[in-house]
Amino acid sequence: MSDTKDMHSKDTATTPPRSLRELYVAFTMLALQGFGGVLPVARHELIERRRWLSMDEFTDILARCQALPGPNIVNVGVCVGARWFGARGSLVALAGLLSVPFVLILALCYLYASFGQAPAVSAALRGVAAVAAGLIIGTALRMTASKRLRTWRALFGIGAFVAVVFLRYSVVPVLLIAAGLSLAASWLLRRGGRAA
Amino acid sequence: MMDRLWILAVDFLMLSLLTVGGATTMLPEMHRNLVEVQGWMSSEEFAQLFALAQAAPGPNVLVISVFGWKAAGVAGALVATLAMILPSCLLTYYADGFLRSPAGAVWREAIDDALAPVAAGLLAAAGVLLARAADPGAVSIGLTVGAALLSWRTRLHPLWMIAVGAIAGVAGLA
Repeated sequence: MSDTKDMHSKDTATTPPRSLRELYVAFTMLALQGFGGVLPVARHELIERRRWLSMDEFTDILARCQALPGPNIVNVGVCVGARWFGARGSLVALAGLLSVPFVLILALCYLYASFGQAPAVSAALRGVAAVAAGLIIGTALRMTASKRLRTWRALFGIGAFVAVVFLRYSVVPVLLIAAGLSLAASWLLRRGGRAA
Repeated sequence: MMDRLWILAVDFLMLSLLTVGGATTMLPEMHRNLVEVQGWMSSEEFAQLFALAQAAPGPNVLVISVFGWKAAGVAGALVATLAMILPSCLLTYYADGFLRSPAGAVWREAIDDALAPVAAGLLAAAGVLLARAADPGAVSIGLTVGAALLSWRTRLHPLWMIAVGAIAGVAGLA
């Protein structure tokens, strides 16, 4: 682990968190800055501000977490916490990510229960829902810049979209079939020795 | 009440291991289950609760806490959230070592290549279905399209767009 304080590598040197408390506080703070996705904040906080991880280390962790099922940032918390403190680190990072935002969102739920029927509140939420749906579509559009999508495999993504939106199939079978076909195609091509 | 907690637990335990590309991709499945199968909320309420979660800070997975709360109060929020993260966290904790090994790296590369396009397609589909769930008028559609284009092409902070959405809603446009 590169916790060297060497002057020459000042820009890339990383120092691990000193305690579980520091880990908890860091994940709480980064979670509270994330609106519509915590990953970009986590990248900034862990690499640039706290310098716990280098860019390459973070990219590697993220790539592994994206290959595994489950919410990505939650998986990143598990891996980052485990890196220095084992299972306890994973639990503390998760607690940091979720505990304070969970309490906040429950408080909002109770406000919603009291005021959600008020015409102004429900109208505001209608507008927010429309924008939030757009933000999700925007995230998907941004993903098209990735080289992983600039291949014939994009057909599986387009197929999944058409199946859910236009043919109205449910997401779970569409996911299983599209992901299964995509994986099988990759595997066959690899075995055939052709570069995909 | 216990029945509802069991249903939440079983549903989200399964979704946990089926989630690729973030909890958001599974929103259409949650809509199908919570609105159409269980009837615990209307489509309109589903859209509003989703909006509430998006307007709050924290990981996107907390939208599940909100749905759990609507179904069965605080206990529902806790059960749904823990069920959604427990299987995937355990898998991540134990699989990470393997994926770091050279053999694991080959697998990881293949899985990422294969899943990334599917995740993007399902994410786009989730966005379209959510926009449709609120039974939108012309201005709502405009807000959705505008937010999609701005977040795709610019680095404008999403909070500004959410604020514009709230204001347009209150002004009676959406």
